[in-house]
Amino acid sequence: MHFAINGRSYDVELDIRTSLLDLLRDRLGLTGTKKGCDQGACGACTVLVHGERILSCLALAVQYQRREIMTIEGLGTPNALHPLQQGFIAHDGFQCGYCTPGQILSAVGLARELQNGVPSAVTANLTDDAVEVTADEVRERMSGNLCRCGAHNGIVEAVLEYLREPPETGAAR
Amino acid sequence: MTPANPAMRRFGTIGQPVSRLDGPLKVAGAARFAAEVRPERLAYAAIVPAAVAKGHVIAIDAADARATRGVIAIMTHENAPRMGRPPRFIEDPDGTAFDSSPVMQDNRVRWNGQAVAVVIAENQDIAEHAASLVRVSYSPEAAKLSFQALLLSARRPASILGQPTEVNAGGDAEQALASARFTVDEIYTTPRYNHNAIELHALTAVWEAEDRLTLHDSTQMLALTVSTLARVLDLPKDHIRVLSPFVGGGFGGKGFFSHTLLAIAAAKLAGRPVRLVLSREGVFRLIGGRANSRQRVALGARSDGTLTALIHTGATGVMTGTIFPEQFTFPARHLYAADSLHLDQAIVELDIPANIAMRAPGESIGSFALESALDELAAKLDLDPVELRRRNEPQKDPTDGRAFSTRNIVEAYRRGAERFGWSNRNPAPGTQRDGEWSIGQGVATAYYPYYRFPGSAARIRITADGRAVVQAAAHEMGMGTATVQSQHAAQLLGLPLDRVTFEYGDTALPPSALAGGSTQTASIAGAVIAAHERLVEELLRLAGNDSPLAGAGPKEVETRNGGLFRKGDQEIGESYETILRRAGRDHAECEAVGTPPAEMMNYSMLSLGAQFCEVRVNDITGEVRVARWLGSFDTGRILNPKTAASQFRGGIIMGIGMALTEETLFDERSGRIMNPSLAEYHLPVHLDVPQIDVIWTDIPDPQSPAGVHGIGEIGITGCAGAIANAIYNATGTRIRELPITPDKVLAFTSQPYGQSRPLSS
Ligand code: FES
Ligand code: FES
Repeated sequence: MHFAINGRSYDVELDIRTSLLDLLRDRLGLTGTKKGCDQGACGACTVLVHGERILSCLALAVQYQRREIMTIEGLGTPNALHPLQQGFIAHDGFQCGYCTPGQILSAVGLARELQNGVPSAVTANLTDDAVEVTADEVRERMSGNLCRCGAHNGIVEAVLEYLREPPETGAAR
Repeated sequence: MTPANPAMRRFGTIGQPVSRLDGPLKVAGAARFAAEVRPERLAYAAIVPAAVAKGHVIAIDAADARATRGVIAIMTHENAPRMGRPPRFIEDPDGTAFDSSPVMQDNRVRWNGQAVAVVIAENQDIAEHAASLVRVSYSPEAAKLSFQALLLSARRPASILGQPTEVNAGGDAEQALASARFTVDEIYTTPRYNHNAIELHALTAVWEAEDRLTLHDSTQMLALTVSTLARVLDLPKDHIRVLSPFVGGGFGGKGFFSHTLLAIAAAKLAGRPVRLVLSREGVFRLIGGRANSRQRVALGARSDGTLTALIHTGATGVMTGTIFPEQFTFPARHLYAADSLHLDQAIVELDIPANIAMRAPGESIGSFALESALDELAAKLDLDPVELRRRNEPQKDPTDGRAFSTRNIVEAYRRGAERFGWSNRNPAPGTQRDGEWSIGQGVATAYYPYYRFPGSAARIRITADGRAVVQAAAHEMGMGTATVQSQHAAQLLGLPLDRVTFEYGDTALPPSALAGGSTQTASIAGAVIAAHERLVEELLRLAGNDSPLAGAGPKEVETRNGGLFRKGDQEIGESYETILRRAGRDHAECEAVGTPPAEMMNYSMLSLGAQFCEVRVNDITGEVRVARWLGSFDTGRILNPKTAASQFRGGIIMGIGMALTEETLFDERSGRIMNPSLAEYHLPVHLDVPQIDVIWTDIPDPQSPAGVHGIGEIGITGCAGAIANAIYNATGTRIRELPITPDKVLAFTSQPYGQSRPLSS
């Protein structure tokens, strides 16, 4: 099977029952994507497919061949961090760091949803083209990403800052 | 390049909000957790859990599993390598097990969910599929499963974490209660809870040789894991190495449990490295959580609010034969000056997974009962609850009469009340309204003891290029260990932060106490201070007679500005580089163990805080939303305000879950946990968490190393009490049973729709 991940292509022989998450972590060694439940309940396994966030534990790898997959490794590296990753450090948006890659990719996906005017359960005005960026809007849309360390405040601050001051150039996108 | 952390080049960063030094690795997904190491020929394991609560396995039919392509071996009690019983935590200095039952050594089933077989296969999918094909037959026995039904048979444990189980002070408290002018006498209950760190429990076990083991484990108990394994496996300690550089959340739940031995045994049996990652369900079934409790708190008071009697008793439901009663009476031992005290705890033994330490075990649930009762008393007295606490502030420890090392809770309350706007609150319940929402504010005291464990060691190495490496087998689960210890060591050595590296998470380093009981920061700081003293002596020796420091004694010099200098004299001294070069050395190195924690013997040492919150309660749905929070803490000196604030907040958020949404549901007929999933066990999510304000007194404790107290656990204490008290203020309803879910709110508050209070005022 052929996969396009972070701009690289991978050829692997795979049991068709393998989830996208297990492909990434166990077969390809892309362990930045985390497993917190394997049941679609925690968000730790969030990755982007064509810019949209999905839960890779609920996705069969076979369905995602030849689609553009981005994991945390494709967003930035420790020496060349994406602005949102920097924001997470500045606002202490993590403690143990296990939920963090999922939170960050979820926020990148969220930014696009807002740009596209996709409303959420807390959006006040459903007829507006653009969704207003508020803390509750971020909280609602990030609620699928659990954090047991309780870094919620820092995460929301980092995401809000990123949404409100989009960086001039995406560093390592 | 990442913008440099501006604090890195600075000297003296103690008390500065330094960003986490391991931040870039974590946000880039490059931090390696225990399930992410990949030795050659790695095999994968999956567990078959027992389906009965008690009895014996009489047959295991694994034919279909064995026939599955890719299955390497199936381990049961019949073929598992022989292993001894794990020594128990607290009881045995080498022990770290909460449950000392043998693991897969006999056919007994001790709880529903215990592992009865392990499938080892070429990948995780095959292992899990094959595990589902294993058929196990049991001869079940009657199990003890109902806490309520067995309450009458509760027994008193010999001690509570080494403290006396029963405390009586100042005469007969029951009598004082009976004759008190104002009284509260109520029962409070709390359910079972699970830690649910987002990282699943994971191990990669590698037998390097017949008698040499390397274990990549997600654990907060490195050194004790080695000593426990040495006994269980009958190996010398130095043949076992445990690595745990990053732990994806612990909260007391990451340690030595049956899964540790299952992975090690499976690797032995398969003759290959084995990775065992528990499923989320497996975490619930194999790793215990917080025990449930039924507590009585009774208070007697004079009309001025001073307490004549304080009674706190009750029972918790624990696994038969285990040792962890949940110290829910500890807050009442130290918080209030009552004329008479009666505190006592019992345990009900059940056939369930062993409960284990979960963030502020005992103190979290005990403070819910105690602080709710204080609020009930304040209401009866028509007295402000903050003032009631102030009037009962003790001058010395109420239980043992020792002096407090430091105690500034009144100040923490004063500052907290001011910042929260407590004086704007209407004390009359049910008076603040917003449409269909009732609004209320509540307050409660947070309490956690100060502990420091003996025996922690640290090593400091200074190199001729003017850098330092500090080493200790410490744990990083998100507390900010690496960052804060680097700050402390840099300050001590007089080096900028970017010249100091802290190495941890590996038992090949100097042994360090476990990360538990909020002890690690003080324990390691104590060891680093001791190693630093040795280092000063060593440097002075190396400096020799040609140095400007010649003739000075260790007490007359200090480390600052990248070198060793005469105290009180800016000029006289020289850099580490100069000293080492002249001595022809490329480094100097010293290791030492921290001084014994004598401060704990001599003083009553507490961490304290005041939790203020505002809730909104929906009249129609019974939903409770936390709208505002302020925690005001008195926890010694804060080394790093950024990571400290996060730890306080993390505790408070877990406290919100404990109060409102979390509960491990248990079927008393089968002994089975009914909601072993994050979809059914409700952690607070982003929308449940308001902006949380935290402040602290920052008054150093003169008795503790570096003036610090641990702060990992205190945040959760007092939270459920503050929320229950706020709900009372909002609605006039007192709910004494956690979690406070909408059904309970509605059962107590609702009248038929339209007959309740007007929906808008
Ligand atoms: S691992 Fe996919 S949602 Fe939890
Ligand atoms: S940082 Fe630990 S789970 Fe979010």
